[in-house]
Amino acid sequence: MSRSQGVAVRAAPFATAAVLTLPVAVGTIGIVLPFGWLDGLIAGGRGGGDWGMPAGAAWAAFRDAPGIGASLQVSLTSALASTLIALLLVLGLTAAGQGTRLFGLLAQAISPLLAVPHAAMAAGLAFLLAPSGWLFRLFSPWATGLTRPPDLLILHDPGGLALTAGLVVKEVPFLFLMTLAALPQTDAARRCLLGRSLGYGRMAAWCAGVAPALLPQLRLPVLAVLAYGLSTVDMAVFLGPTTPPPLAVRCLHWLTDPDLSQRAIAAIAALVLLAATAACAALLWLLARLAQLGWRWWIWRGLRLQADAAPRAVALGLPALFTALGMSAILALLVWSVAGPWRFPDALPQAWQASRFASHLPQLAGPLGNTLLLALGTSAIALLLTVGCLENEVRRGLGHRPGRALWLLYLPLILPQMSFLFGLQVVAAALGPGPGLFAVGWAQLLFVLPYIYLSLADPWHAWDRRYGLVAVGLGAGRLRVLLRVKLPMLLAPLLTAAAIGVAVSTALYLPTALLGAGRVATLTTEAVTLAASQDRRLLAVYAVLQTVVPFLAFLLARLLPAALQPGRRAAAPA
Amino acid sequence: MPDTTSSFDRGIRRPFQAMLAILLLTWCGQAAADDALDPADWAKIAQEGRGQVVYFNAWGGEARINAYIDWAGRQVAETDDVTVKHVKIGNTAEAVSRILSEYAGGNTTSGSVDLIWINGENFAALQRRDYLYGPWTAALPNMQFVNPTQPALENDFGIAVSNMEAPWGLAQLVFLHDTAILPAPPRSAYELLNWSVANPGRFTYPQPPSFMGSAFLRQLLVDLTADRSALRKPVSEVDAAAVTVTVWNYLDRLHPLMWRSGVAFPQSTSAARGLFADGEIDITVSFDPGEAANGIANGTLPKTTAVYTFSEGTIGNASFLAIPGNSPNKAGAMILANFLLSPAAQARKADPAIWGNHTVLSMPLLSADQRKHFKALESMKGMPGPGQLGPSLLEPHPTWTAYMDEQWEARYANGD
Repeated sequence: MSRSQGVAVRAAPFATAAVLTLPVAVGTIGIVLPFGWLDGLIAGGRGGGDWGMPAGAAWAAFRDAPGIGASLQVSLTSALASTLIALLLVLGLTAAGQGTRLFGLLAQAISPLLAVPHAAMAAGLAFLLAPSGWLFRLFSPWATGLTRPPDLLILHDPGGLALTAGLVVKEVPFLFLMTLAALPQTDAARRCLLGRSLGYGRMAAWCAGVAPALLPQLRLPVLAVLAYGLSTVDMAVFLGPTTPPPLAVRCLHWLTDPDLSQRAIAAIAALVLLAATAACAALLWLLARLAQLGWRWWIWRGLRLQADAAPRAVALGLPALFTALGMSAILALLVWSVAGPWRFPDALPQAWQASRFASHLPQLAGPLGNTLLLALGTSAIALLLTVGCLENEVRRGLGHRPGRALWLLYLPLILPQMSFLFGLQVVAAALGPGPGLFAVGWAQLLFVLPYIYLSLADPWHAWDRRYGLVAVGLGAGRLRVLLRVKLPMLLAPLLTAAAIGVAVSTALYLPTALLGAGRVATLTTEAVTLAASQDRRLLAVYAVLQTVVPFLAFLLARLLPAALQPGRRAAAPA
Repeated sequence: MPDTTSSFDRGIRRPFQAMLAILLLTWCGQAAADDALDPADWAKIAQEGRGQVVYFNAWGGEARINAYIDWAGRQVAETDDVTVKHVKIGNTAEAVSRILSEYAGGNTTSGSVDLIWINGENFAALQRRDYLYGPWTAALPNMQFVNPTQPALENDFGIAVSNMEAPWGLAQLVFLHDTAILPAPPRSAYELLNWSVANPGRFTYPQPPSFMGSAFLRQLLVDLTADRSALRKPVSEVDAAAVTVTVWNYLDRLHPLMWRSGVAFPQSTSAARGLFADGEIDITVSFDPGEAANGIANGTLPKTTAVYTFSEGTIGNASFLAIPGNSPNKAGAMILANFLLSPAAQARKADPAIWGNHTVLSMPLLSADQRKHFKALESMKGMPGPGQLGPSLLEPHPTWTAYMDEQWEARYANGD
């Protein structure tokens, strides 16, 4: 018994590595299959010979596709701009606010937004910002004089500004929480104090002392944000331009075109997205270098920048604004989900229809069931693998967070989803209609596992080993220590990690849509399908449910430990 | 809600069962019992279909249609023990793409699509490659209520139907207007342009290649081209640029006068209807003559909404149900198709409060009792009376759909 669990623990890192790298590797290789090799390779020559076209012809078709330059441009600008803006907002907020009460409040307000799925957030923002949306309704006609929605190009603008704003709203919470997680290791409070004692202003002291220690730790999260922005389909469908749409959306169109030879063009698009991600990463690196030079020059000059009231107000105000935008978007979803007739410019619906949830329940049940099954299944598997990996690290005395393993974990997050999922889908389709739920589950695991690992690693390593030593002294074996002492003590972080897993799984669109072959309907895929319909009420029902699932998971994670372990005081690190 | 728990249960359990079934099928080296299926032997089909799970691939962008399909699924589950899974697709081409790629991968017996809502170029694409099962529709018991020789059902965009797809609904392009705001709407393409000059930003149409956007383009094509006979032929056989030049000249002038100056477009019929309901536009386009009545019935459109066509008529077509040749559940698919053709199902579908789609059934072939349901619908608010709509014009040859979509994309979705 003890021996087998020892083997299991030692095998965990290898299993984890295989779960993560195998699909990514297969997917990346799969990208090039439509260049005329699929017929012979997998179809065994049985196919009709129309699986793709040679790379040269595909490249020419891609290059000559109408508006391809505009598509690439809007993908690049929205991803880069949203990444930079979100990063600057988070850094500014931390520099201006760290240690203040307002900072604590904002931290509380921002965190729940992380759990809101991208598609739901995008739908809510669309409800809020459209010319016929809630904002205009609230201010019409008394302030604007409008009795009809104005003909303004706010959503789906060719420049991708709406898409960029949506991405910022969704990425600020992520980067902020990553920053909060990294801050303790920077010894921020004492560094700030030191800076202040040298005469630096509040923000300046933070920039001089904490930023250089913090930024390297944000490298991977920033790359993840960038890659997401470049390959997002769900947010782009709600907010992005359509004449032409961003590259990832067009890649999906080519992939699902009835003319199968178009898959080769989709393959080119997937490769271009991969290259674009690399180029953007290089650009970010260059910007970081420039910032470093600027920082050195500033330190050398010794400017103390003490009068920082105005910049501080901006640095605190802007993130607060974006948070308020996110919150209002969720509120707009809630209102629309129970709204009856609601004509412009009324600020509120003329009537309410709470019965909509009940009347759509038969249709909601299937997607909701799939969503829960996938969320719980992937989270459970990911939790098992993560616990195995972490226990192995601890038992073998490996240091906390080995650098190379971290890159491996981040691999699915920093590669554009569209690219390797495309390859995976090509391989899966060629192998025949697989068990859809299983394929989707595995693809989701690629994204669930890293987040669960990242959230559990710190508490696991911070656990006081002496509890274990006491138990061993009392005659307990390693397995018994794990099951009876360690896991119960770490129940709260374990449940939080599981809740994060549920939130990630619920929000995933591309892995579900691409590998489910249309058969695995989740709340997210249904919401994105409904995006085209613009049926606000029904869309809101799906988006609200989509938000409720992770919210409930977090609520349970918070309430269960106290309920399950009454009388136990928090001995485990949070 | 007596069955909510069981359908919730189903949502979780059935995927596992399907998973197991698929694993077993592949394990046994693919059972191909369907080849022995005789479409004329209905008793045997009803027997064989019991217990089958039918993946019905149908456009899922309209809540009321999804609800109708959900209802139909519950009916056949009860009466015939056939489980219907509605695969909600954004565009029928997605499902066609999946069928084609399955065949290309050598999967000829265990495809993922059992029944598909289809017409026009999607039907032509599958039919041309011989990827459809059939002929199978002649023996459906409920085909007795259909007159298969009526022109709309005999040819699908000019391609002979030949019993390869079962008729499901009749449609005609209509425009919606609010009679209180716009009592005299423009009744031709040129009137629409002139009206837009006076009312800039008050009209738009769904973006091609969405179903409705494509249909609007074909309407303009039929309306504006000098040589309608060219539209009966495949694009490759005529000078397409010369045939379509008037359409592009027209759109070049119309777009700057449209909603959002023709830079952004609604992505579907229902998105455009939402703009109409919000008062962002004054005219919207639909393929369901019952659209206004439906909106009035469910409270999303003003009671003064009405439908109209161009005075010279608008394009009309029928939509059908087809079974891919590699479907492993053909008997179940035929049972569902037959149910969807029943007078009860067709009457419910024609009810504007439910959906509002014209029936394919022929009234003289129905009993007086069955006819009553349809008669009652005609008096509903917003429903066009007999003869109130202009004539239904023939669809162009299916090759025109893709051609118009591609040309449109190159001209108006190129980022300039």
